[in-house]
Amino acid sequence: MTPLLTVDHLVMRFGGITAIDGLSLQVPHGAITAIIGPNGAGKTTLFNCLTGFYRPSAGRILLHEDDGSERDLTRLKGHRIAREARIVRTFQNIRLFGGMTVLENLLVAQHQALARASRFALAGLLHTPGYRRAEREAIELARRWLAELGLTAFADTPAGALPYGTQRRVEIARALCARPRLLCLDEPAAGLNPRESAELKALLTALRDAHGLTLLFIEHDMSVVMNVSDHVVVMNFGRKIAEGPPEAVRRDPEVIRAYLGEEDEEAADA
Amino acid sequence: MGYALQQLINGLSLGAMYGLIAIGYTMVYGIIGMINFAHGEIYMIGAFLSVLTYVLCTALGVGPTPLVLLAMLFASITFTALYGWAVERIAYRPLRGAPRLAPLISAIGMSIFLQNYVQLTQGARIKSVPPLWQGGVTLWSADDFRVTFGWAQLTVVLVTLIVMAGFAWMITRTAFGRQQRACEQDPKMAALLGIDVDRTISLTFIIGAALAAVAGVMTVLQYGVIDFSIGFIAGIKAFTAAVLGGIGSVPGAMLGGLLIGFVEAFWSAYLSPEYKDVATFSILVLVLLFRPTGLLGKPDVEKV
Amino acid sequence: MTAAALPAPSPLALRLRDALVITVLGGLLALPFIGLVTVEEGGALAVRTRWGAWAMTLVAIFLGRLAFRAALDAWRSRKPSHKSAAFSSTDAVLRRAAGTSLLAVALLLPIFFADNRYVIDTATTLGIYVMLGWGLNVVVGLAGLLDLGYVAFYAVGAYTYALLSTQFGWSFWAALPVAGALAALFGILLGYPVLRLRGDYLAIVTLGFGEIIRIVLLNWTSFSGGPNGIGNIPRPSFFGLPFARSAEGRTFHEFFGLEFSPMHRFIFLYYLIVALALLTHALVSRLRVLPTGRAWEALREDEIACKALGLNTTTVKLSAFATGAMLAGFAGVFFAARQGFISPESFTFSESATILAIVVLGGMGSQLGVVLAAAVLVVLPEVGRQFADYRMLVFGAAMVTIMAVKPTGLLARREPTVRLNPSRSSAP
Ligand SMILES: Nc1ncnc2c1ncn2[C@@H]1O[C@H](COP(=O)(O)OP(=O)(O)OP(=O)(O)O)[C@@H](O)[C@H]1O
Ligand SMILES: [Mg+2]
Repeated sequence: MTPLLTVDHLVMRFGGITAIDGLSLQVPHGAITAIIGPNGAGKTTLFNCLTGFYRPSAGRILLHEDDGSERDLTRLKGHRIAREARIVRTFQNIRLFGGMTVLENLLVAQHQALARASRFALAGLLHTPGYRRAEREAIELARRWLAELGLTAFADTPAGALPYGTQRRVEIARALCARPRLLCLDEPAAGLNPRESAELKALLTALRDAHGLTLLFIEHDMSVVMNVSDHVVVMNFGRKIAEGPPEAVRRDPEVIRAYLGEEDEEAADA
Repeated sequence: MGYALQQLINGLSLGAMYGLIAIGYTMVYGIIGMINFAHGEIYMIGAFLSVLTYVLCTALGVGPTPLVLLAMLFASITFTALYGWAVERIAYRPLRGAPRLAPLISAIGMSIFLQNYVQLTQGARIKSVPPLWQGGVTLWSADDFRVTFGWAQLTVVLVTLIVMAGFAWMITRTAFGRQQRACEQDPKMAALLGIDVDRTISLTFIIGAALAAVAGVMTVLQYGVIDFSIGFIAGIKAFTAAVLGGIGSVPGAMLGGLLIGFVEAFWSAYLSPEYKDVATFSILVLVLLFRPTGLLGKPDVEKV
Repeated sequence: MTAAALPAPSPLALRLRDALVITVLGGLLALPFIGLVTVEEGGALAVRTRWGAWAMTLVAIFLGRLAFRAALDAWRSRKPSHKSAAFSSTDAVLRRAAGTSLLAVALLLPIFFADNRYVIDTATTLGIYVMLGWGLNVVVGLAGLLDLGYVAFYAVGAYTYALLSTQFGWSFWAALPVAGALAALFGILLGYPVLRLRGDYLAIVTLGFGEIIRIVLLNWTSFSGGPNGIGNIPRPSFFGLPFARSAEGRTFHEFFGLEFSPMHRFIFLYYLIVALALLTHALVSRLRVLPTGRAWEALREDEIACKALGLNTTTVKLSAFATGAMLAGFAGVFFAARQGFISPESFTFSESATILAIVVLGGMGSQLGVVLAAAVLVVLPEVGRQFADYRMLVFGAAMVTIMAVKPTGLLARREPTVRLNPSRSSAP
């Protein structure tokens, strides 16, 4: 498998805390990779480094372009990662534009294309055919993802007024509208009920199989991880402690220790 | 040379006042992550209260000067702290968790209200009182120029030192200080550990207001002239001091205050007094541009 | 609350107790400022007591608190959850109707008050504030950036026109775009260093900037005339026809064969500001439904999510800031042309505060709300002198109260910029 992304000896420190401690991993192309690990393992921090929110203290994050060249993302600033590297993410604590409708949320995700078509708002102000076409196309893309995620009925509802599970789906739809090459989901199953969680599994596999997307997701819900992922990376204390196919990882003694070890401590505390 | 020394002394006593106000900004920012826009007005209220007390003391014939000073400090601190507490209760507490713009606007509203409240109740005219202490020590004299450390200035510096020492002791040694620092680091965790976060925030506002009250008393002592609008510019300058020192850092606020005091004194003396406010403001923009964490501040990583 | 352990008191008793506590605290706060006052007597300050005023304050606080609580409870129980409501289209219809009738009133006003200079003047002032409110609404209401020095851009516009016209003989129409561009440039220059930082820094830097502009105008006498300001600023002409009894060329009344009346000019100025305001309105409403405007609103809602979607938040902020500044610059040109004289007096912080209050009271992001709020804030002080004195006090208190009760503003009800199903309003 060719990797899409290589994380190379990544270190992220906050003052005295080393949240990521020399982490290396590869995200295979066109596959679903899961990142698991106990609370505070540094999973979200890894996402924040990948998507340019944090500047890593050391290490490299290499994106392998289709033409074989590679690009170091740690040099790229915040918004340019979504724009140029097309790595788009969702957040552990949902971050929708709550006062705006679902459709508007999805259009903001296509800001790049729309803004270009509106030429510093001039073409937009004049309502030129070129801009109108771009807007129609953007709405069409949004409509397709809304339909695919079963959100069409909510299109004109303010995102903040939707139930939690639906908001999670809207956030994924919004990320998809940004036409990602790598989609990073931070605990997409958190707070979902069993039915929603089953739908999520179907969605993730469909994104890989029907749309050819590369997915990277953080998850605590083992049933989702075991069912959909092709590759699992286990983190603890900012390090990678295991990786491999789900079945292998599940039996890995180190992983069992990391998880059971926690339970031991909890048992001791009780 | 003598002239420069005199400016150094003026800057020192001015900077002490800015430092005292700046601590209030820095502490509130540390604990709730917001600028207390009404803090400048709190300082103005402190100054008005000390004028009131001064005039009352004179009317009642309260004798020796140190006693008057103590009365001014006591009355000003008490009532100003109450105002500080009220600002938090009215303008900030109902808005915990509201959209981020809401507390800013509410605090601005509070600041506008307080300024106009004082103007309407006490009049728009300047209030001036005779100096509490006249004269001072002559440090250096030549021909026709004398460098003096006025008694009032000396008192300002001494009182500031004492207050700062007491304050430092409180922050580092008392239970409140520990709780305050815990809430700064992680309010959720602090709450889980049984710290009353609301109470700690209230106390922070109260202490910030008390320090601003001391600065108000010092202003009256040193210049003897105030009006309802002094909080506006003093607030911006003290805030600049807090940012320069590194917002969130208490020693930084004091250091920043001193630096701003020196800049203002020297700028007024050597360049142009009309533009002294422009000078401090330019410092604010330059610091924000090149070193937003200030001199002693910690880098602030936005939590995502 | 501590009351939990006691036998549950009646709601009325609870309310009375609450009001009593507030009164005691408020009375304490008011004591040194309302109960006592320092007045100048024979060259020195003396203290006077005002127990009557203090007692009245106590009563007012007590009754006010009771009324406030009752109103708040009633208001909250009436609207159990406004969040779940979808955008209703009847609301939009109502709004459109209100907007249309306001426009009709604005256009017809001079017909009914053609001889009443006072009414036309007040309406013109109102027009300026509406325009400023709409401009600031872009920055505060849409983009969620707190600009406390908005009046500085207004001053840039006013002084640009004043200088260009008095020094270089520029006409109103030539100076208008230049002044707008210059104000926008100031906005960008000021915004660039601070817009990358947290929102509160922006607020305080703009606050300082507003003050700095004023200080510079006050002290740089050779440039701005200092405290004396700039006078004899040419009034705008009607496409080249001056409003004068007689002039070198043809005058307005000669051209149209009318009898000369000084009112012509005031009515023209009134229509000019109405036109400028309508232009502002059209521009802002159009921008709002474009990618630029949606990005502004997205920025207000969640800056981090914006970055994650590839929006350059600095550019987005700058565009909002510059647009707002430009509109203030236009308004400034009009102001200078209308007054014929400007000085730093007109550009104080309280002016910024007034415009901000208009935006906040009107409901951030709501165009109609701005008109209503501006009407209240501009017309009420004209009604009574007492109100004029208490104006800023009331603005301040209102800002605090509105934020506590309904942070989105009293009238704010957002209309989506685009709908997937335009025919029916969707239900969740
Ligand atoms: N901005 C920051 N400043 C300081 N410390 C941080 C920051 N961001 C993360 N950390 C610390 O880094 C460590 C890893 O946090 P992270 O959020 O990545 O964990 P996680 O694996 O996502 O956990 P969870 O499963 O609970 O989401 C934690 O100790 C956290 O406190
Ligand atoms: Mg996490």
